[in-house]
Amino acid sequence: MILSIQNVVKTYGNYTAVDHVSFDVQKGSVFGLLGPNGAGKTSLIRMITTITGPDSGAIFLDGEKLNERSPEKIGYMPEERGLYKKMKVGEQLLYLAQLKGLSKAAAQKEIDHWLTKFDIKDWWSKKIEDLSKGMQQKIQFIATIVHKPRLLILDEPFTGLDPINTNLIKDEIRQLNEAGISIIFSTHRMEQVEEMCDHIALINHGKNVLYGEVQSIKNQYKQNLYRVEWQGDLPADFGQHFSITQQENHAVTVKLHDEGESNKMLSHLIQKGVRITHFEEILPTFNEIFIRTVEGERHTVSN
Amino acid sequence: MSKLSLIIKREYLTRVTKKSFIIGTLLAPLGLLVYMLVIVGLTKYESGSEIKVAVLDEGGMVKQIPDDKGVRFIPSGGKNLEQLKAEVSEKKLDGVLQIPPLGSFQKKEHTIFFYSDAKLAPEKSNVIERKIAKKIREYKIDSLGLDPSKLEMLDTEIAIDPEKITGTGEDDSKYTAGVGLAIGGIMAFIMFFMVTMYGAMVMRSVMEEKTNRIVEVMMSSVRPFELMLGKIIGAGAVGLTQVLAWIILSGAVFLIVPFFVGGVDPAQMQAPVAVGDAPQIDPEQMEGEAFRFMTEIGKQNWPLIIFSFIIFFLGGYFIYSSLFAAIGSAMGDDMGEGQSLTLPVMIPIILAFYITAFAGMRNPDSGLMVFASLFPLFSPIVMPFRMAFNPPMWQIILSLVLVVAAAFFFVWLAGRIYRVGILLYGKKVTFKEIGKWMFYRG
Repeated sequence: MILSIQNVVKTYGNYTAVDHVSFDVQKGSVFGLLGPNGAGKTSLIRMITTITGPDSGAIFLDGEKLNERSPEKIGYMPEERGLYKKMKVGEQLLYLAQLKGLSKAAAQKEIDHWLTKFDIKDWWSKKIEDLSKGMQQKIQFIATIVHKPRLLILDEPFTGLDPINTNLIKDEIRQLNEAGISIIFSTHRMEQVEEMCDHIALINHGKNVLYGEVQSIKNQYKQNLYRVEWQGDLPADFGQHFSITQQENHAVTVKLHDEGESNKMLSHLIQKGVRITHFEEILPTFNEIFIRTVEGERHTVSN
Repeated sequence: MSKLSLIIKREYLTRVTKKSFIIGTLLAPLGLLVYMLVIVGLTKYESGSEIKVAVLDEGGMVKQIPDDKGVRFIPSGGKNLEQLKAEVSEKKLDGVLQIPPLGSFQKKEHTIFFYSDAKLAPEKSNVIERKIAKKIREYKIDSLGLDPSKLEMLDTEIAIDPEKITGTGEDDSKYTAGVGLAIGGIMAFIMFFMVTMYGAMVMRSVMEEKTNRIVEVMMSSVRPFELMLGKIIGAGAVGLTQVLAWIILSGAVFLIVPFFVGGVDPAQMQAPVAVGDAPQIDPEQMEGEAFRFMTEIGKQNWPLIIFSFIIFFLGGYFIYSSLFAAIGSAMGDDMGEGQSLTLPVMIPIILAFYITAFAGMRNPDSGLMVFASLFPLFSPIVMPFRMAFNPPMWQIILSLVLVVAAAFFFVWLAGRIYRVGILLYGKKVTFKEIGKWMFYRG
């Protein structure tokens, strides 16, 4: 376990930003930290990155309670990010790496490695303000990982990147993950969550409302919806046996009572001589899960 | 290298290597040089242009008047006013001075007339008035049959020499006040300059980090307090570098100027200021004054003054720059809205300056001055001024202790505001909210 959040509370004045949140992040995991705006994600991340401390509860990094050495093991790319505009790329990276506890020589070596890898070695003495936004993001990414963190926290890492650079950074994230670095990934982009994360926690109103493995959450939220496509005619009594939620030409979406019913439906169709060309279970997207959970919360709150 | 020293190093190097810093550091003494050359040039120019004035002495009171400061007095030589006026029109003369008879000796005022189409410069006008007044005085003495040597005995210059009844043999002279004013004034000015200029620099730099959005990246590596302190120390070091460079370069300027102008006569330098009716100081007397001034400077307790000035300087700088840092952290992206927040920080500085300038000059030991020289928001400016007037030792020590304690307190307090403000975006902040931040837990 790389990170363990245990019953953490954070208040600002009368406002409770994080309300008894607990979850664990396994080593090597890509963990999605989700939630609507103002849910308490940033407050939580700021506590993990030791920017602030919890009022109560505890946070453990790699089995150790957070301490002044912890920042060296964490790489954090905040949503509100930036660099010193007047500083040169090389100086900037050296400075940030040294603040993360690297010696000057080690920092120099790592920076050379990354600049070479991204094929931007000649940027060393360029000023940040002379770089395009996308180029700055690359430097920002290098600054985040240059000290070889054990845990990488990325808050909306792809905003401001074009598709090519997005893929480049995505690949780097995957490679880092394969090399054993655990990643916490905070985003509103649910398709990215499905693409990249294996576990998630959904924070709403400061509380952890949904937490677990991505696949099992999807299963937990599934509504036994199935989609069938065929050639020829559908038996006339099909609608009497099964409840159709959506009908198209040669395709229907059916809601079944349980998982076992899918085979019953298939054999029913086969017996009637329908030639099935396509059959799948429709799992909810994370977008739907997100909206349902957050909206549901709102209902229970307002009721 | 520790994180704090890394931050200080960056803050220092990025500023010192900036073009604007280098230009500003070099240009200020160069400006001083130009200023001094212009002043010297102006005084030379003024004394260069001479005017010729005919004196129509209708009362026969003035006789021959010696030339002085660019005014040549020419006797009328029997010509009447109309003839002389014509000569002015022909450019043979610059003007005609008509001195009517005095009439009664009881008269305290006497009007004389100057005929010319050109304007009479104030300096020349002063010279003429003084010369004629002197001549008429001599005429009156002569006519009344008074003895000039006896009259001179009437003038007595009075100097108060303060003598202490108790205490050590060290005794104040009338120069103590002058030296005190000079030392205190210089120190108050340096304090004021450093605090406002570099305090504001700290504030801008804090704001810049906030608007650049780098601050959250920084916060995940260093504690907010380290970043704030590093900034304050770094900017302070830049300020010291600049002041030091200015002192050295200005010294060089003062050494260079005489080469340019071939030696400057100090009396001439003062000429434009001293025109009025100031009596000419005779050089021997001036030397004596300078000597007494120097002894007075030598009599000051310099080790104590320098030691406490450094403490007051550091204390004052830390107090105010940390307040500026706190204000900077609370500001949004909009510089304009910050004005209302900086005002409360500026008010004590300005108040301290006014207290020194008005209350201090009148009586450096008044109740207000004693309070102001102990109160840490004022003392860095007020106490160095008072120290030239030998305040009681316990007050100096108490003031030093208070300013050091206050510096620690304000840096700590600012740190508490800074850590909250710096991470807060897009919100207009009130002082009430800033007050709440102080009590947030870490």
